[in-house]
Amino acid sequence: MSKFRSVKDIPDDEYVAPGSSLCAGCGSEIIARHMLKVLGKDTIFVNVPGCYAISTLFPFTAVKVPFVFAVFGSGAAVAQGIKDGLDILKEKRGINNERVNYKVVVYVGDGAAYDIGFQSTSAAIHRNLDFYFVCYDNEAYGNTGFQLSGATPYASRTSTSEPLGGSVGNVYRKKDIFEIWRAHRAPYIATISVSHITDMLNKFEKAKQFKGPKLFVALSICPTGWGASEEETVRIARLAVETGMWPLKEAVYGEVKHTFIPRRLKPVEEYLKTQRRFRHLFHPVRREEDIKKIQEEVESYWKRVWETELSK
Amino acid sequence: MKSRKGMMLTGNATAAWGARVCDVDYIAAYPITPQSEIVELLSKWVTSGEMKAKFVEYESEHSMLAGAGAASLAGARAFTATSSQGLAYAFENLFAVSGWRAPMVMVNVSRGIGMPMTLQVDNTDVFSARDTGWIQLHAETCQEILDFIILAYRLGEDRRVLLPVIVNMDGFFLSFTREPVYIPSMEEVSEFLPPYEPPHGIAFSSEELAYAPTIILGHSYSYFKYQMHLSALKAKEVFYEIAREFGDLFGRYYGPIEKYMMDDADYAIVSMNSFTSIIKGAVHRLREEGYKVGVLKINMFRPFPNEEVAEALKGVKGVAVFDLNLSPGAGGIIYPELLRALYHVDERPKVVLDFVGGLGGKELTYGEIRFMVRKVAEALRDGGVSPYATLLFTEEDTRKMIADMEIAGKKWGGFR
Repeated sequence: MSKFRSVKDIPDDEYVAPGSSLCAGCGSEIIARHMLKVLGKDTIFVNVPGCYAISTLFPFTAVKVPFVFAVFGSGAAVAQGIKDGLDILKEKRGINNERVNYKVVVYVGDGAAYDIGFQSTSAAIHRNLDFYFVCYDNEAYGNTGFQLSGATPYASRTSTSEPLGGSVGNVYRKKDIFEIWRAHRAPYIATISVSHITDMLNKFEKAKQFKGPKLFVALSICPTGWGASEEETVRIARLAVETGMWPLKEAVYGEVKHTFIPRRLKPVEEYLKTQRRFRHLFHPVRREEDIKKIQEEVESYWKRVWETELSK
Repeated sequence: MKSRKGMMLTGNATAAWGARVCDVDYIAAYPITPQSEIVELLSKWVTSGEMKAKFVEYESEHSMLAGAGAASLAGARAFTATSSQGLAYAFENLFAVSGWRAPMVMVNVSRGIGMPMTLQVDNTDVFSARDTGWIQLHAETCQEILDFIILAYRLGEDRRVLLPVIVNMDGFFLSFTREPVYIPSMEEVSEFLPPYEPPHGIAFSSEELAYAPTIILGHSYSYFKYQMHLSALKAKEVFYEIAREFGDLFGRYYGPIEKYMMDDADYAIVSMNSFTSIIKGAVHRLREEGYKVGVLKINMFRPFPNEEVAEALKGVKGVAVFDLNLSPGAGGIIYPELLRALYHVDERPKVVLDFVGGLGGKELTYGEIRFMVRKVAEALRDGGVSPYATLLFTEEDTRKMIADMEIAGKKWGGFR
């Protein structure tokens, strides 16, 4: 039975202070806040350069648990060192205060998860490190001005993939980090969205039972980079789920199960039209082929899901 | 564990023993020639239970250093070893670890950084890390490797310092050379080196801390950098304290520099690391030839022992700096450091010349050492001191180069 069934079940505990210096409407703050409500105060928070780094600028910190800042590619390696260091203090030196039993969570953007930090993350998963790795995926290098990353979806405008001279914007496909992680056979992997808060909370709660890497990727709406209204964050995230562009799922030891299966998909353009980064698909002329390409990819994904999971 | 006298150990094995007798808690590893023997030995000891520690092999030096530093930040005594390309690959994390004020120890087995790729020594690797906030100790002998590792932990972990330390040895010349080494017992070392319990460590801090948050404004960035600099300078003072205590316990006394036959010297050769032994040997022959030569060895490169160097060279007429490294477009790297120490001193040597040699493990011959001293004597007599390094390359080196090129079917055109 799920622990969190409605918003009334959201814990009152707050480990992220209000009024941080993040952009209004930033998805990463909503995710961090709710993640820590479930993981609790006994958590060490490892962060790297990226949007969320703005939450903790000397002499202020918005995070009320121990916060360690690592270089861009080293989030998972630092988690390894902290976890191992605390473990050996316990085992060898007999230190047994509550701190040595803290959980370690690495909280990074898509640049650090998909690109520059991929090697260290893959290795930490391979070593079966007992940690949480949570990617707030805003689908570009948001903190540096929204440049293309390995997580940028097809046709997105970024500051290094401008739709100029007939270009479609980003010509590459988004990396499937869920499947890449799944190939590592991690105990628990999940996708989450700020629009489905109880789904998110239940997944963090469920992950607690597993020893080893617990991996999350969250669609993180970026109002400034995406060109969207800040009050629309949750609505856009919901459209991403309902159009099928951001499937909500989990994998336990590699077994995939979707936690939300839309019976009918809303057309992708309902989602695309909410954001200026896709505006060139509709103005000045409608790029029918490209919209169709995105729609077809989503449909072929869900066709497989409907066939396998609904028939069970 | 009992103390052991006169075990014949390679430099690498000695470094592993150093970590072992310091009762290191955490070893982060990644293989690289000529360092691998260090982590192989430690891995064996941890697996067999001879050593109580956690050993983790990372997927790169970049992660290895981040992990070792993080374990130190957690409150564990951490150790790692690398060389050359590995040090370069880990480079940004050198700054992260010193910025965290995590006093781990890393042994660097010095090797040139490619391209061209080499396995042999060129101290440019370790000197490239001079501006990262790490203390640097450089070993000439296997015994010094062991002693410097013990001193490094005590020094770095001192509350007045709290900085990581690199202990350097030359690849091949020391890493694979066996020398007799006295290894103190863990009990003896523990008298000198108390357990590491940092007040800012994650496991030990009295409140939840934010480690190294981003800084936007210049005054606070400057404050933290200046503080690091002042702590690094303080490390020399602390080194004197602990080296005296170390000497009283173990009978071997060290300073930031070592003077060899310097008392009556007219000329001095300044050197670091293993080639100093070759130069010390040559000094005896040079003295028989009538050159009153001594050797000034620099043990501590960061903080740089300015006053000690100036004092040691007082009354010396001319100095040859032997640089086993090269900063293309500038010259040797020790040379300008030495000039900074000397410039403001009235009784400074009249002539200081720079010589680059030994690169890639190239032999340093008696002829070259003699040449360095003769050049200094000539400059004293004739004037005309050049700020540019003289590149040591013998006729034998030329013959070998021509032979190599002949095999490749080419005619060697010489230096252009």
